[in-house]
Amino acid sequence: MNLTLKVWRQKDASSAGKMVTYPAQNISPDMSFLEMIDVVNEGLVKKGEEPIAFDHDCREGICGMCSMFINGRPHGPKQGITTCQLHMRSFKDGDTISIEPWRAKAFPVVKDLVVDRSAFDRIIQAGGYVSVNTGVTIDANAIPIAKDIADEAFDAATCIGCGACVAACKNASAMLFLSAKVSQLALLPQGQVERDKRVERMIDQMEDEGFGSCTNTGACSAECPKEIGQHHIARLNREFITAKISSSNK
Amino acid sequence: MSWFVKTIWSTSVGRKLVMALTGLFLCTFLAVHLAGNLQLLKQDEGYAFNKYAVFMTSNPLIKTTSYLLYASIIGHAVWGIVLTIKNKKARPQGYAYQNESVSSVWASRNMGILGTILLVFIVAHMGDFWREYHEYGTSTPMETKTYIDEKGETVVYKDLYHEVVETYENIWMVLFYVASMVAVGFHLCHGFKSGFQTLGVNHPKYLPVINSVAFIFWGIIPAGFALIPLYIYFNHI
Repeated sequence: MNLTLKVWRQKDASSAGKMVTYPAQNISPDMSFLEMIDVVNEGLVKKGEEPIAFDHDCREGICGMCSMFINGRPHGPKQGITTCQLHMRSFKDGDTISIEPWRAKAFPVVKDLVVDRSAFDRIIQAGGYVSVNTGVTIDANAIPIAKDIADEAFDAATCIGCGACVAACKNASAMLFLSAKVSQLALLPQGQVERDKRVERMIDQMEDEGFGSCTNTGACSAECPKEIGQHHIARLNREFITAKISSSNK
Repeated sequence: MSWFVKTIWSTSVGRKLVMALTGLFLCTFLAVHLAGNLQLLKQDEGYAFNKYAVFMTSNPLIKTTSYLLYASIIGHAVWGIVLTIKNKKARPQGYAYQNESVSSVWASRNMGILGTILLVFIVAHMGDFWREYHEYGTSTPMETKTYIDEKGETVVYKDLYHEVVETYENIWMVLFYVASMVAVGFHLCHGFKSGFQTLGVNHPKYLPVINSVAFIFWGIIPAGFALIPLYIYFNHI
């Protein structure tokens, strides 16, 4: 396959960037999208040019590192996958593909397609945890949890924190990410102790990071590689209302 | 109550709650307003409609609710503007190419534009009828009409019916009204369900009910409103 890439190139956080056109030639349809970028980068290195910087790690859809806005959509045209799971057979020979970094005030561009997503880490640090004293290993079934509750919590826990929700949202809102974390812990008995504080602190942190607010367009769920649903955002809203009304926090 | 003010003013979810509660309250008003307007279709020279107008402007409960209504319109607009500005700031640099239509519907992405159209409509609409009926800043008092009521007694009402009919004999007023009702339809197509989602009401058990009621609000009610000026126009040309 021969393709034309339009890629966002930006030297560093303080430089202005622009879209640059590169040919991608002799690409196998069986390559992953990241392997295709690797091939293009090899060509750039051979020519003495700076390779395109991009985030990647596990390349099997579980780490949440890859983050490309491909042809106007986070993680490209396929549903329920990350960029590393996207294969070139999803494109046609001769296609022009636009590749941009996630765009959000809270995700500043570090270089080319690499953005700083540490805002998510700080949201987690604000309350996305359970405090328990670690001791001897507890029996796995010591706390009974109903199957449907465990499944629902697990669905929320599949969030890999890639940031596609923020990238897709017209308001660059982090509500789906937040809702996945809040939902997971609110459903489980271990999460009850810090339940009220968690949602209040995480939402406060989200505001401080400069994410927008949710206008329920549903774009986040539609583009989420783990297909986390809108009902988690509804649960986050319920958690927030309950915490505000009933918690002792001022 | 500082936590309360802080919640509804400085947290995004709190601001959204204000949008949801005021928005859903305005929806209930639409239903009541349409019920009143349907009396314009009665062939009684405006007796039922003009009587209803007196009730709506004199009943203490309705009058109290109307102040809540004005506050809701202003609150919904102000909070909407604040949210929109903050949301725009969350993405200072946009995408060179974004394919939004695959992941969300048009109305959900354009609530601000639709809301602005509705605000212009509400101001114009209140200037036409609400202001004239209350005679705020009008040079001549509204004309009155005398009817014989159900008990056979003579009653005199302000003739709002005549005002309405006269207005919608003008095709441009009819088109402006119908276009505004289309905007209401699109606004509520997203807004009604979105309000419940913001309140945390989203469950497989009652989502189908919300969806059905939503259709009444985004489909049937705006269509009902739009039919009235069309009926008046085609009956009087």
